[in-house]
Amino acid sequence: MESARERTLAIDLEEITGVFIDESLEGLDVMEEGLLNLDVGAADPETMNSIFRAAHSIKGGGATFGFPDISEFAHELETLLDEMRQGERPVTNEAVDLTLKSVDCLRNMIRGLASGESAQGEADTLKEALAAMIAQKPEDTVPADAPSTSEPTRRIVGWTIDFVPHPIMFASGNDPIRIIEALAALGSLDTECRGVDALDFASMNPEHCALSWHMTLDGDIEKSVIEDVFAWVDDDCELQLTAIEEDVAAPAVATTEQAAPSPEPAPAAATAQTPTTAPPKLKAAPKPASTSESTSIRVNIDKVDDLINLVGELVITQSMLSRFNDDFEVGQLEALREGLAQLERNTRDLQESVMAIRMLPISFAFARFPRLVRDTSNALGKKVDLRLSGETTELDKTVLEKIGDPLVHLVRNSLDHGLETSEDRIAAGKPELGVLELSAYHEGGNIVIQVIDDGGGINQEKVLSKARERGLVGADEQLSPERINNLIFMPGFSKVDEVSDLSGRGVGMDVVRRNIADLGGNVSVKSQTGIGSTFTIRLPLTLAILDGQLVRVGDQSYIIPLVSIIETIQTTKSKVSRIANESELFRLRDDYLPILRLHDVFNIQPDSTDIDDGLLVIAEANGQRVGVFVDDLQEQQQVVIKSLESNFRQTQGISGATILGDGTVALIVDVPGLITLFYQLNGRQHIHNAAVA
Amino acid sequence: MTSAPKSNDIARPDNEDAAGQYLTFMLAGEEYGLEILRVQEIKGWDKTTAIPNTPDYVLGVLNLRGAVVPIIDLRKRFDLPETAYGTTTVVIVVRMQHEDQERTVGLVVDAVAEVYRLDTNSIQPPPEMGLTAHTEFVAGLATVDEKMVILLAVDKLIDFTEMTPKESVEKDLAATG
Repeated sequence: MESARERTLAIDLEEITGVFIDESLEGLDVMEEGLLNLDVGAADPETMNSIFRAAHSIKGGGATFGFPDISEFAHELETLLDEMRQGERPVTNEAVDLTLKSVDCLRNMIRGLASGESAQGEADTLKEALAAMIAQKPEDTVPADAPSTSEPTRRIVGWTIDFVPHPIMFASGNDPIRIIEALAALGSLDTECRGVDALDFASMNPEHCALSWHMTLDGDIEKSVIEDVFAWVDDDCELQLTAIEEDVAAPAVATTEQAAPSPEPAPAAATAQTPTTAPPKLKAAPKPASTSESTSIRVNIDKVDDLINLVGELVITQSMLSRFNDDFEVGQLEALREGLAQLERNTRDLQESVMAIRMLPISFAFARFPRLVRDTSNALGKKVDLRLSGETTELDKTVLEKIGDPLVHLVRNSLDHGLETSEDRIAAGKPELGVLELSAYHEGGNIVIQVIDDGGGINQEKVLSKARERGLVGADEQLSPERINNLIFMPGFSKVDEVSDLSGRGVGMDVVRRNIADLGGNVSVKSQTGIGSTFTIRLPLTLAILDGQLVRVGDQSYIIPLVSIIETIQTTKSKVSRIANESELFRLRDDYLPILRLHDVFNIQPDSTDIDDGLLVIAEANGQRVGVFVDDLQEQQQVVIKSLESNFRQTQGISGATILGDGTVALIVDVPGLITLFYQLNGRQHIHNAAVA
Repeated sequence: MTSAPKSNDIARPDNEDAAGQYLTFMLAGEEYGLEILRVQEIKGWDKTTAIPNTPDYVLGVLNLRGAVVPIIDLRKRFDLPETAYGTTTVVIVVRMQHEDQERTVGLVVDAVAEVYRLDTNSIQPPPEMGLTAHTEFVAGLATVDEKMVILLAVDKLIDFTEMTPKESVEKDLAATG
C-alpha cells in the first residue's frame, strides 16, 4: 500500500516537473519577446511587469520542485528586473543584453533538467555578472536628476508591513502564521492583529480569513527578502511595505559611498564579464538541438469545444441511422440516404477538426527570429529590419517542429551572405537599413514560407565558377540563371571560402533542401543581382494527408504529389530527340527535359510505349525537371499516407502507400527519389553497356 | 497495424493452450508448419499492388483493414515451380519480428492443412544440407502420423534490408564479370 502510494507520488512529481519545464520555457519565451520589444531608455511598464512576472514564477517553481540552482539564478535575474521595473535602474542596452543572456542560460538549465546536462558553469559566470550589475548602484549611472539623490544619506532600519489576506487565502493552502514566523526569523518583529473585534462568530465562515496584520520588522533587510516571504500569497493578499529610514547625517559618508563604486570601473567590470560569458555560450549553442521533441501539445479550448460539438452531432446522426436497423421499409430509402450523407459530412468535419488540433500557428517557429536576427546582425555589424508576416498561418505540429532548423539556416544565410554591410549598401545607393522579410501564407493545400532579403543577390558568376571548380558542373556546360541559383543547394557546394561562424558551419544548403524534402516539400531560390534574393519553401500542410494526382501505367495506379507537378502535357514524337540512342529529351517551350518512363523505372507493363499515346507529367524536384511518361491521368484526390516501412521496408522512388476508395492500395511516388533512381538506372545502363562492350 | 495487437490480446487468454500448436499448410505437395501464435488470420487471395524494384517473391502490398501489408509468394520464395492460384490458395497473415519491430506479412500458400500440437521433444533440428538448400528458413522438422512437417522460421522469410540500385549495379557488374 505504502509503496504503491509512493510510486504514484513519484510519477505525479515527474509529471509536475514536466509541467514546470514546459511552463518555464514558455515564460522564458515571454521574457525574451518582452526584452526584445523593450525600448531602451523608455521601457513600457506593462512589458517590464510581464518580464518580471515570468522570472518570478520560474524562481518560485524552481524552489518548489527542488531546483535550487534555477531558483537562485532566477532570483538574481529577478532582482535586476525588479529594479528596472520599479524605475530604480535605467533600462540600458547592457542590462538588456545581460538579461537576454540570462534568459538563454536559464533555458539551458531548464532543458538540462530534462536531458540531464548541466549548464552550471555558464550559470555561475552569468550569476556573477548579474550580481556585479546589481551591486553597481544604479543611481551612479543615472544622471543626477533622480529624486533619490538624498537616498545615500538615508539608511533603512526597518519595515512596516501591512498584510491584509484575501478571505479566500486558506483555499490556496497558505497560512498567515507561517508567513509571520518566517518574518520573525528575519529580525525582531512586532505584530498587531486587526479585525478580531469585528468578528461575528455566529455568522463567520471558518474557511475564510477575516484577520489582517500590521507588523513592524526591525533590521537592515532588503525589500526583496521580505517580498520572498510573501511570494506565494502575492495574488491572495494586499501587501504594503514601507521602509523605516534613518537619516545618516554625515555628508562625508555619502561622498565615500558615491566614490566607491565610481561610474567608470563599474561598467568596465560589466563589460569585462561579457567576454567571459561568451565561450560557454558558444558551447551551449548546439545543445537545444539535442533536446528531445516535445510530446505534449497545448490546444486552444475553442478547438476542443468544436470537437465536442461535432462528436455530439455524430452521435445524433448515429442514433438517427440506427432507427433504420429495427424495421426498414423501402419507403425510408430517401431518409436513409440523407442520413448517410449527414454521416459523411459529420465524419469529414470531425476529420478536419481532429487535424486542426495538430495545427499550430507558424509564429511558434518565427518567434525565435527577432532574437536571432538581433544577435546575428549585431555580430556582423549590419543593420537589419526584420519584418514578419502571416504569423497566424497554421501548419502541422510535426512540420512546424522540423522546419525550424532549415529556416534558421536560411535566415542566417541571408544575414551573412545576402545582406550587405552598411557601407556597401550606402555605396550601392540603398537605404542603410537592410530588410529581411519572413512571410508565410497558404496556397492550395500547401503552406509557403518565404525568406526575402533586399541584399546583393546571388553572384551567379562566382557560384558557377565555384561549381565548376568543385566539379558539380562540367567546364563547357551552359546553365540557365535559374539553374545557377539553385546550384547552391547542391551537396558539396559551400558558398564562402572561409568557414564563418554563422552560416558556414559546413552544413550547406543541401542539408536545408534535404530536410525540407523529408517533410515532403521543396525549396527554391530567385535572385536578382543588386536587388535581393527570395527563398521559397513549399510544404504540405500536414504529413498525414497529401494532395495527389492519380496516374495509371498499365494496370497499376500511382499517386504523384500535386506539389511536385508543374503541368501535364501531351507531346509528339517530333518533339522528342534521343541522345546517343539512350536518353530521350523533349522540348518544352525553351527547355529540353529528360523523359522518365515510369514503366521502365518501375519495371511494369504499360499500355503503350509510344510517346504519342501517353501523357507527360512535368514534375520538379530539387530544381530538376523531368517529364514522367504515364499511360493516363486519373482523378486528383486527397489521400491518407500509410507507411510502407511499418510492415515492409523503404523502397526507392516510393514514399508511401494509400488506400483508394475501392479498397486497393496505390503507391505514392517520391519524385526526388524517383529522379535519383532514374539517373542511377541510366548510369547503370551506361556502365552495363560499357561492361558488355 | 492496429489489428495486430488486438488479435494478440485475443490470443492471450489461451496462450497456454496455443503454445506448441502449429498451423500447417501445403506447398508443392509438402506440409509446412508455422507456430500458431504467429498467425494473425487466414484470408482468401486478393489482387495485390506491385512494389517496383523488389525481389520477385514479393508480390506486392494489400490493404488489410487499413494497414498496408506486403504479400509473399512462398513458392517463389522457395524456388518451387509456379502454379496458377486456385480455389484453395490462401494468404496466411503472420506477424514477424525484425529488429525489435513487429511486422505483419501475408504468405501465399497452396492450401491450409491442419493444426497439430507438437511436443518440443518431437521437433528435430534441421539437417545440414549444404548451401543450395533453403535451410535458413527451417526451424525444425517434426513427424506427425508418419508424415514429415517442415517447421518454418517465420522471421527469416522476408529480407527487409533494401538492396539499393547501386548495390545491384555492382552485383550486375560482378555477374557480367
